[in-house]
Amino acid sequence: MIAFLIKRLTFGVFVLLSLSLFVFFLFFVAPGDPARVVAGDKAPEAQLQQVRENLGLDRPMPEQYLRFVTRAAQGDLGFSYRNRQPVTDLIMRRIPVTVSLVFGGVLFWLALGVPIGIISARNPGTWKDRLGQVFILLGLSFPTFVLGMLALYTLYFLPRTAGFTLFPPGGYAPFLENPAKWAWHLALPWTTLALVVAAIYARLTRGQLLQVLGEDYIRTARAKGLTERRVVYRHGMRATLTPLVTQLGADIAVLLGGVIVIEQVFGLQGVGALAVQAVQNQDRPIIIGVVMLGGLFIVTTNLIVDLLYAALDPRVR
Amino acid sequence: MGQFQTRSRKAATEAQTAEAEDAPVVVQRSSASLTFRRLAHDPASVIAFMFIIALVAFAVGAPLVEAWTGHGPIEQYRETALSPVGLPVGPNAEFLLGGDQLGRDVLVRIAYGARVSLLVGVLASLLAATIGVTVGMLAGYFGGWVDVVLGRLMDLVMSVPFLLCALALVSVFGPSLPLSVSVIVFFSWTTIGRVIRAETTSLVRREFVQASRSLGAGHGYILLRDILPNLALTIIIYTTMLIPNAIVFEATLSYLGMGIVPPTPSWGGMLAEAGANSIYLVAWWLVVFPGLALLASTLAFNILGDGLRDALDPSARGRAVLRKKKLTKG
Repeated sequence: MIAFLIKRLTFGVFVLLSLSLFVFFLFFVAPGDPARVVAGDKAPEAQLQQVRENLGLDRPMPEQYLRFVTRAAQGDLGFSYRNRQPVTDLIMRRIPVTVSLVFGGVLFWLALGVPIGIISARNPGTWKDRLGQVFILLGLSFPTFVLGMLALYTLYFLPRTAGFTLFPPGGYAPFLENPAKWAWHLALPWTTLALVVAAIYARLTRGQLLQVLGEDYIRTARAKGLTERRVVYRHGMRATLTPLVTQLGADIAVLLGGVIVIEQVFGLQGVGALAVQAVQNQDRPIIIGVVMLGGLFIVTTNLIVDLLYAALDPRVR
Repeated sequence: MGQFQTRSRKAATEAQTAEAEDAPVVVQRSSASLTFRRLAHDPASVIAFMFIIALVAFAVGAPLVEAWTGHGPIEQYRETALSPVGLPVGPNAEFLLGGDQLGRDVLVRIAYGARVSLLVGVLASLLAATIGVTVGMLAGYFGGWVDVVLGRLMDLVMSVPFLLCALALVSVFGPSLPLSVSVIVFFSWTTIGRVIRAETTSLVRREFVQASRSLGAGHGYILLRDILPNLALTIIIYTTMLIPNAIVFEATLSYLGMGIVPPTPSWGGMLAEAGANSIYLVAWWLVVFPGLALLASTLAFNILGDGLRDALDPSARGRAVLRKKKLTKG
């Protein structure tokens, strides 16, 4: 178990180092002068030189990279080129929005996807199953932003033209100030995210459960006279849990990047929106910071999934 | 699956023609032909396939749509497609799907946008499949350290935050069509790579590969002549399933302003423009028509992919359902 953990941890560090090398090299060879971005378009050459010296941009690449990595390991991601604020602070200020979005989205899609999969698998070939399949196909095919825009149109704009406000047009309200308002603002983003992702879970649960319910030990459980409920939820779902956890880990891991689109549609000022603005402003330290955060998020989630995996399935250990 | 496909088909047909005179004809069908016959009996797949053909025709015939309506894809018709206060006009006799915020014809732009979606979707999927199949076959065939290195490489690519990296790349090189395709290819070859690796690993142990090897065949010969033909159907299915993802990926990049550069029409770009300033709230056709085009296309490719998979292995689905039915009745 310890050896397994060390192996996974080493790989995680390797991933982060490769990622940092990639972004760093990318911006090092990139055209355009960061000093220009910092000092402004009309700055004289002497000032540019000063800026380069201050930022350490005149140093050779390996030295710059080494300095970046040692500082990043301590949580210091440098300063924004635009407003000189520490990148870590800028990101931390955006984290609550993104985490709220991810948290609710995950709960919603599990609550939606897994039951649909179970109902489908318990009634194969019936109209319930057909309906479940249609849901799966639509969910897999719907681009997130199309669904989000349709949701805004039908649930915000149409009621508003009719004279009442059903949902807000977007934006965010802090949880600590008013939890009800927080949930009300996030309801549409959560639902949009959940509808698109739930399809994957419905399909996975259906497929796994169908297969498991045909196994001999399920027949044994039924023969013992256990109730159908107990057979499906205790014996059947137990075997379905491992692939579900794997999928959940993979999805949560990439979600930090995946919510960019949702944040864009609903005007949420989260980490994704920060990254998009940074690209428009050519604010490289922020882009590097968000990419590294995304990588860290993926590596951590994968590690947690590996641990859960080992807890659920003794063969892995 | 279909490992007898490469067996001398000529000999079989010769034997058939000799017997055809007096015996009832027995047609020998390859696995591929059986798969496509099963597919033809699935109405959803057939409709999806016909839709895709129509979509390709629509994309190829975009200049015809332009000539028929008399509206260019990037030309602005401020007099006729915008209302006196400057808002786009809805669907009417002249602009069948309405005009957009700059007074351009939505129908013509959707037609040209279909070119981008299909081009990127198909091209990126083919390239991703080529890389995935090559890497997967090498890893599965050679095993050992080759497998370890390539497996780790796939793990590495899968642990990269792809949309964020795409953002970083776009901020350096600027948005463009080749960059979109490269980004999509780079982040989607691993799915097919894993499947091919797993199948190759099991194929390598089969007798026909051993036979080939004992006859003195080299690595290249075995990989290309013995293993690759047996992977053909898997490759076709997984490539089909990559296409809708690539189409959505491209639309997402364009929606975030990191894909196709305006004013070149693309579905994602059209939706982004509709979303800017929330203009779509007063002009629903700006979202509904490009959104519908996008949804219908991904839906068609997804249905076709599912249909192909079921047609290839009809037992997998049927058996599970049957077993379950028997049990609940008993």
